[in-house]
Amino acid sequence: MTILASIIVLAGALFSLIAALGIVRMPDLYCRMHAATKAGAFGLSLILIALCLIIPEPRVIIQSVLIIIFFYLTTPIAGQMIGRAATLRGIPFWKKIKSNPESLSRETE
Amino acid sequence: MFSEFQSIPTWVALVAHSILALSMALAGWRIWKGPSIPDRIVALDLLSALIMGQIVLSITHSGFISSLDVATAIAIIAFLATVAFARYLENKDAPL
Repeated sequence: MTILASIIVLAGALFSLIAALGIVRMPDLYCRMHAATKAGAFGLSLILIALCLIIPEPRVIIQSVLIIIFFYLTTPIAGQMIGRAATLRGIPFWKKIKSNPESLSRETE
Repeated sequence: MFSEFQSIPTWVALVAHSILALSMALAGWRIWKGPSIPDRIVALDLLSALIMGQIVLSITHSGFISSLDVATAIAIIAFLATVAFARYLENKDAPL
């Protein structure tokens, strides 16, 4: 059980590192949001699952499951609200993107 | 404090803490450098998730299961802060 938990902890830390690398290397606000929200939430839930494997107490398991559910409910809402605010205020899209962002922002206003 | 459990090896905890610290440094670089305010808000959201990861990882090594309450509180506060920043940025007069 300890070996499995160690593997899951390292995997969660690596997913968090992937999220941080995405937030540094991505070219655009919207791409950065994509990298940060998904990979960060997945890395955190992996570390919480490893905690449930190491300490199988009812309180720890219930609270970890509640944290995972809350995080997966709130992260898309927060990302959507930031993306909506950035689109309304006219944060520029990436230059190589195909669709035309100006028509989109004119539509929403 | 929960004492009767078999912890993960120390070097695994050390490596995972180091990786999370490196991720926090990268997110802090984006907060410092970010060209616009929404970039900084996204990086702040990721930074709160990484802080929660550090807290949970320290529980797996030390057994202080009361720290899970701290992680829960940080999750709630980070969500409310992100929503408040987003609502503030929709204002036309807010600086970008």
